[in-house]
Amino acid sequence: MAEKAKDKTYRLHLMVCAGTGCVSNHSYEIKEALEKEIKKHGLENEVTVVPTGCNGFCERGPILVVQPGNIFYQQLAVKDVPHLVEEHFLKGRLVSKFMYTPPEEKKPVPVLNDIPFFKKQVLIALRNRGLIDPEKIDESIARDGYKALVKALTEMTPDKIITEITLSGLRGRGGAGFPTGLKWQLVRNAASSNGGGKYIVCNGDEGDPGAFMDRSILEADPHAVIEGMVIGAKAIGATAGFVYVRNEYPLAVQRLSIALDQARDYGLLGSDILGTGFDFDIQIKRGAGAFVCGEETALMASIEGRLGEPRPRPPYPAQSGLWGKPTCINNVETWANVPMIINRGAKWYAGIGTETSKGTKVFSLVGKINNTGLVEVPMGISLREIIYDIGGGIPGGKAFKAVQTGGPSGGCIPREKIDLPIDYESLTEAGSMMGSGGMVIMDQDTCMVDIARYFLSFTHEESCGKCTPCREGTKAMLDILTRITAGKGTEEDIGLLQDLALSIKDSALCGLGKTAPNPVLTTLRYFRDEYEAHIRTKKCPAHVCRQLNIYTINPETCVKVGRGCDVCRRNCASDAITGQKNEAHVIDRAKCIKCGVCFDVCNFGAVKVD
Amino acid sequence: MPKLKIEDLEKIREQVKRTTALREGSGFRAKVNVHMGTCGIAAGARTIMNAFIKELETRDVHDVLLTNSGCAGLCSQEPMVTIEIAGQAPVKYVNLTEKKAQEIFEKHVLGGTIVKEYALGIGSEKTDY
Ligand SMILES: Cc1cc2nc3c(=O)[nH]c(=O)nc-3n(C[C@H](O)[C@H](O)[C@H](O)COP(=O)(O)O)c2cc1C
Ligand code: FES
Repeated sequence: MAEKAKDKTYRLHLMVCAGTGCVSNHSYEIKEALEKEIKKHGLENEVTVVPTGCNGFCERGPILVVQPGNIFYQQLAVKDVPHLVEEHFLKGRLVSKFMYTPPEEKKPVPVLNDIPFFKKQVLIALRNRGLIDPEKIDESIARDGYKALVKALTEMTPDKIITEITLSGLRGRGGAGFPTGLKWQLVRNAASSNGGGKYIVCNGDEGDPGAFMDRSILEADPHAVIEGMVIGAKAIGATAGFVYVRNEYPLAVQRLSIALDQARDYGLLGSDILGTGFDFDIQIKRGAGAFVCGEETALMASIEGRLGEPRPRPPYPAQSGLWGKPTCINNVETWANVPMIINRGAKWYAGIGTETSKGTKVFSLVGKINNTGLVEVPMGISLREIIYDIGGGIPGGKAFKAVQTGGPSGGCIPREKIDLPIDYESLTEAGSMMGSGGMVIMDQDTCMVDIARYFLSFTHEESCGKCTPCREGTKAMLDILTRITAGKGTEEDIGLLQDLALSIKDSALCGLGKTAPNPVLTTLRYFRDEYEAHIRTKKCPAHVCRQLNIYTINPETCVKVGRGCDVCRRNCASDAITGQKNEAHVIDRAKCIKCGVCFDVCNFGAVKVD
Repeated sequence: MPKLKIEDLEKIREQVKRTTALREGSGFRAKVNVHMGTCGIAAGARTIMNAFIKELETRDVHDVLLTNSGCAGLCSQEPMVTIEIAGQAPVKYVNLTEKKAQEIFEKHVLGGTIVKEYALGIGSEKTDY
């Protein structure tokens, strides 16, 4: 394992992003091309190429960061490599055409830290992003990996570790935001029945569509998670641990198993860790990918080899978890924070964030936003800063309408609340939740009723079916929403939705059902006028629900601007359009099936939708 | 692989840190900038660059940043380097050879004394990074 990299000095380190996003954009081919070109110029003793985990700006991949200097190159192609190597790495001239130009700006920004997307981020869980090769434990160690473990094993008692985590204010990053120190204390205090033993679990199921924070951490810095788990094991007195990773994450599984092997080789896992007499080992369990398997009781059932279905709590996993033993289950990101807290102290950590939400949170920023990607920000940052400063605003100069946080069972927060500070309480108060950190941005062209229908169809689909409120209740709500978006809603439907939502929230067995109505409740709260428009005037204000649209052609524009180009008539699948070249075209409303093709194909803006 | 003791972990950390620290881009005491325009390369700038890398390696120096930049506009006096000790004015050296480079590294970069006989001028423009 002690490769030559240990003592070889290079003047340049080319950090090639090898996260899932960049790999699918051919970053390994870029790496090979770089190595070949470097050799061609005889630079192999001066310049080294290092694969790293995700940099978070996947949309701009493949990404290459040149160190020292932090020079950020993006969207590279294999054909760009010879020029780049000759100009920058041989002759020392930066190549601006491969740099990133933020929207609204004219000049490319060479240095990573000067790019708005990165500037406001504070990296704790993602502290090693772009800086290490995740497949080399030595590089993690050089960045203070396993330093906290030494401290925890040699200088701290279990109680001291738990106190430190409690004082830091760390709360779970996987969903409910339960205080991590308190959870550890409960597991530590729990008496283990029949023969003793306690377990540690890392929840890497990450079922929210569009979310990839946990995948990214496991891929970029698996040792941070392993180290956190060993420290947790020492604190609660566990001897075995499991990391539950979904099957769709092959790269994360691969990097994690390499990391586990290397840690075991070094004696950082297994028996007598670092000669301190402490024993603990970790196994990987691969999940089959159902959303509900991320729920802790379902996840544990799945680890035990049973059907991944939730069961009622109590008993909580802290009392009776895996195989009936006290079990401490935390999310990937939660574990990755632990070593930093032990290293730098609870006080330092608690100095970041708000009164009740400490530290940072990783979000995946997706939807109608210029810079999609993964961002780590201090708690308490405003939505505005995330959307406009980091995210670069809404594409095409459109208006921001709402943001969905907390995954499919989170809520939609409207534009009026754009200055809301992001923390557990504020989000809950606004009717949404932190969840695991999904953030979907919506613009003026989004129909909020349709969005509610979409998310409900997801949770309905993913309901395991074990409890009636969730199974039947979400179905009933989905039917009503579908009816409304088709223009068949009635005045009573809004009240009915509200009643159903509240009773499902109260009576469902697990978190999935309890939270599934959130998108409906928040859109009813903030966008009731859109529901009413669909019901009363049979109109979709955003023109998304096509069944409610009425398409007409403005005869003047059609003739004078478009010269009756005839494109709409030729593309109409239901022969609803009549007219000849140079003449005004007309839509027969009786024949129109509202597919919207004429609207999409007209180059002259003659087709109108109401 | 024998299991590590706590001291071994520290040793690995110190050792690897020396070569990876440069990724974090801070803590450099001095900067050696080799001019690598086409003219510089033709005049032997690559040999000079390699000489400096060898110095860094054999003397186990990790607080000196070795970098390169384009032509400095004085093609007739290549190969050329600019040495910048933190907090001091940069110094340009011209018409370098491997031997001169070694001497400059030892006396100026490590010792802090400018080698006047090879220096061109003091206090000219700073480099980008
Ligand atoms: C339907 C449902 C899905 C969940 N999915 C995840 C998930 O993908 N990842 C996760 O860490 N927690 C998920 N949770 C939360 C877990 O049940 C549990 O609270 C969490 O893993 C505890 O870790 P933490 O305290 O570090 O957040 C889910 C909960 C529910 C109800
Ligand atoms: S995978 Fe490269 S930036 Fe995310």
